[in-house]
Amino acid sequence: MPSPGDPYDVAVLGAGPAGLAAAVTAAEQGLTVALLDAAQQPGGQYYRHPAPAARATRPDALHHDWRVFAGLRERLDAAEGVTRLYGHHVWSMTREAPGSPWSLHALTGEGDDDDASAPGTGTTVQARAMLLATGSHERHLPFPGWTLPGVVSAGGAQAMLKSGLALPGTRVVVAGSGPLLLAAATSLAAAGADVPEVIEASGYLGYARHPAALAANPGKLTEAARHGAALLRHRVRPRTRSAVTEAHGADRVEAVTVSRLGRDWRPVPGSERRVACDALAVGHGLVPRTELATTLGCATRRAADGTYALELGPLQETSLRGLWAAGETSGVGGAQAALVEGELAALAITARLTGRRPAPARRLRALRRRRDHLRAFADAMAAAHAPGPGWTRWLGDDTEVCRCEEVTAARVREAVADYGARDPRSVKLLTRAGMGWCQGRVCGTAVACLAAAAPDATPAPPDRRLLATPVPLGTLASLTPADPPPAAPDDPSEGHPS
Amino acid sequence: MIGAACAHYASRAGLHVTVVDRGPVAGGTTGAGEGNLLVSDKEPGPELRLALLSTRLWTELAAESPPDIEYERKGGLVVASTEAELTALRALAAEQRRAGVTAADVPADRLADHEPHLAPDLTGGCHYPQDAQVQPALAAAHLLRAAVGTGRLSLRLGEEVTAVLTEKGGAVRGVRTAKGEIRAPHVVNATGAWGGRLARMAGVELPIRPRRGFVLVTEPLPRLVRHKVYSAEYVADVASGSAALQTSAVVEGTQAGPVLIGASRERVGFDRALSVEALRRLASQATRLFPALARARALRAYAGFRPYLPDHLPAIGPDPRVPGLLHACGHEGAGIGLAPATGLLITGFLTEAEPPLDPSPFAPERFAREPAPP
Repeated sequence: MPSPGDPYDVAVLGAGPAGLAAAVTAAEQGLTVALLDAAQQPGGQYYRHPAPAARATRPDALHHDWRVFAGLRERLDAAEGVTRLYGHHVWSMTREAPGSPWSLHALTGEGDDDDASAPGTGTTVQARAMLLATGSHERHLPFPGWTLPGVVSAGGAQAMLKSGLALPGTRVVVAGSGPLLLAAATSLAAAGADVPEVIEASGYLGYARHPAALAANPGKLTEAARHGAALLRHRVRPRTRSAVTEAHGADRVEAVTVSRLGRDWRPVPGSERRVACDALAVGHGLVPRTELATTLGCATRRAADGTYALELGPLQETSLRGLWAAGETSGVGGAQAALVEGELAALAITARLTGRRPAPARRLRALRRRRDHLRAFADAMAAAHAPGPGWTRWLGDDTEVCRCEEVTAARVREAVADYGARDPRSVKLLTRAGMGWCQGRVCGTAVACLAAAAPDATPAPPDRRLLATPVPLGTLASLTPADPPPAAPDDPSEGHPS
Repeated sequence: MIGAACAHYASRAGLHVTVVDRGPVAGGTTGAGEGNLLVSDKEPGPELRLALLSTRLWTELAAESPPDIEYERKGGLVVASTEAELTALRALAAEQRRAGVTAADVPADRLADHEPHLAPDLTGGCHYPQDAQVQPALAAAHLLRAAVGTGRLSLRLGEEVTAVLTEKGGAVRGVRTAKGEIRAPHVVNATGAWGGRLARMAGVELPIRPRRGFVLVTEPLPRLVRHKVYSAEYVADVASGSAALQTSAVVEGTQAGPVLIGASRERVGFDRALSVEALRRLASQATRLFPALARARALRAYAGFRPYLPDHLPAIGPDPRVPGLLHACGHEGAGIGLAPATGLLITGFLTEAEPPLDPSPFAPERFAREPAPP
């Protein structure tokens, strides 16, 4: 641990696979590490497990690679120099000037994510190098009835099971697109749910266009085969090129409409059929959480699935010198890629801070090769599951696109067609879509797709959120005063309020 | 907003107008503004005259527009926390009254009648019933939409102007964009903080610089703040001639529930990165005025760039150096409020009508003799 007041060598934000791998590697290389996470325990979304108080006897039951996590946790416990800062909700990352230490501004004492009743206190963590391993959140594509009770996200269903909580229902349709569907369906079936159908919007043929990426990743195929075999055991057969285009029910979901999809995901008229169920788990892949970096102007790349990921150099450094990223922030790629990238980034950071070569060179080469293979596979997968533009056809005019502010698809379409909105920001200004609690994390994709319908639309830039999480004004007000950045000499001095 | 107001009045006067924007409607400073329509913060002079005219025009525009633009004549309340501040505020209010502003002194023990949640230890204040509020992006979008409906406005979004076209004699004949040429005998520069760049395309200098401001937005709250409330601190500072940089938080509720707290001011170019210090100051000033806000969470913050000119007055009118070029920019933080009067003045120039007020203080060429900015 550094002396009080000194910055850490490296701050690792996020204690999921990427962050854990990075923190243990950096600490084993002799660096002082601050490991921050909003949750009260390490693991992130992927290694999510019941809190110790729940006394779960077998948290590993739902994790095929629980041993990897257990190993990382052991190394973390053994490592000197890692300060574990759990329960830290980071709302901003700043740096006074290029080359000066990074500051992470965090709220603590807020309990768990969902208990935000007590105002937190502010704290600032400083570090010479910064590693973002903030993971991703789920991508949502709304459809009529998606706000009914009983409709959950595929990731949310997984998380509930991993946390030792109940099943979302007894007869659960799983729908959407991407590998998470198979994982969720397997977990739900294993936990005792009846999964009548798995509805996948893409065709798995998309993968066949990337034979090299497949051949280089036998592990990924084994994983898919394992899910496939497990599903067969439960007599679940994935149905491709189809989507749930409506959920029905009075007080909660009672049935869903499944439609076949054309090539661009446009529902095929007349193909609708009804499937009875009491829950629907729906997922359309993941969106990298990059706002702390994009707010600083960090360069991004548009991934094949339409999401923005941070643009990285060969050793995981972003376009801002001193800021590295690993895991889903650099493009959704799964836990294996996250582990590799975390280790790689930690070695690169060690080399930069100590001035030594990132030893051993063979390890570094192997990590880079493995990372490149996994990335190629992730890109192939992203391309195969990218939502087709025709999906917005299944939005009814009165379908709520933004749940927080209750903004319907019709209002968003009107803002675009009649009032000159062309991107999510202008849609937000004209309709309030994205202004509520989730700050557009849920409705962002849908709004961007609807805004892109304008013939002269400009591609939506990546999200910039100056506050990554809500902060009480009292906490902001009690921060230590700092000198404002020097103003230009001719800066006018009077302070009109507007 | 300024462009929308110019287009509105010009098309209403029978002119055919094309509005070109490189982005969407309200994509620049308009979308980052709070929608302050203030007379209370202006000293007697040309800007206040423009603001008073705009106040009247905004009432008309609001009556013609759907309620969606969220126009609300909520009034402003300026409060003092020391005797010195109160003295300076009272003196300013007296001058403003002579210039036509309605301002009522409020003693300390009556402040709660206006704002029940104000801090109890303030020394007094002034109530300005003419201060109003509008949702600027919606206002701009609705004005443009109405003008499109007249058949005399064509709206070209996502199209960036790359050149100002001129005749051999130097007069303007239109603009060029990536999609082609737009011919017009008049070009109105309503590009706000980017006004200097467009002026340079026409070969003239207009020393507009950006001044960054942050706005904090809280979670939706029950009605806690009724007026636009801000501290008289800045009045005292102006009176004392202090050169220190100020942030004066304006606190106000919105119809949708969130409380807006704006706005800091810094000259840092077009840098959108977060200044934690600016947010700290805004939050501490807001919670100083309304202690109950300390528990409210800020959901988001955003930055915008006020277009400012060295003498803090906008540039409105024809540029004698390039016949056919008019400027309507540089309104600093008051652009939404001053938009209608600006639009009316510009339309007057275009149609050679009698100006509604003396435009000479806003003449764009007034900086021409100063050295060009670096």
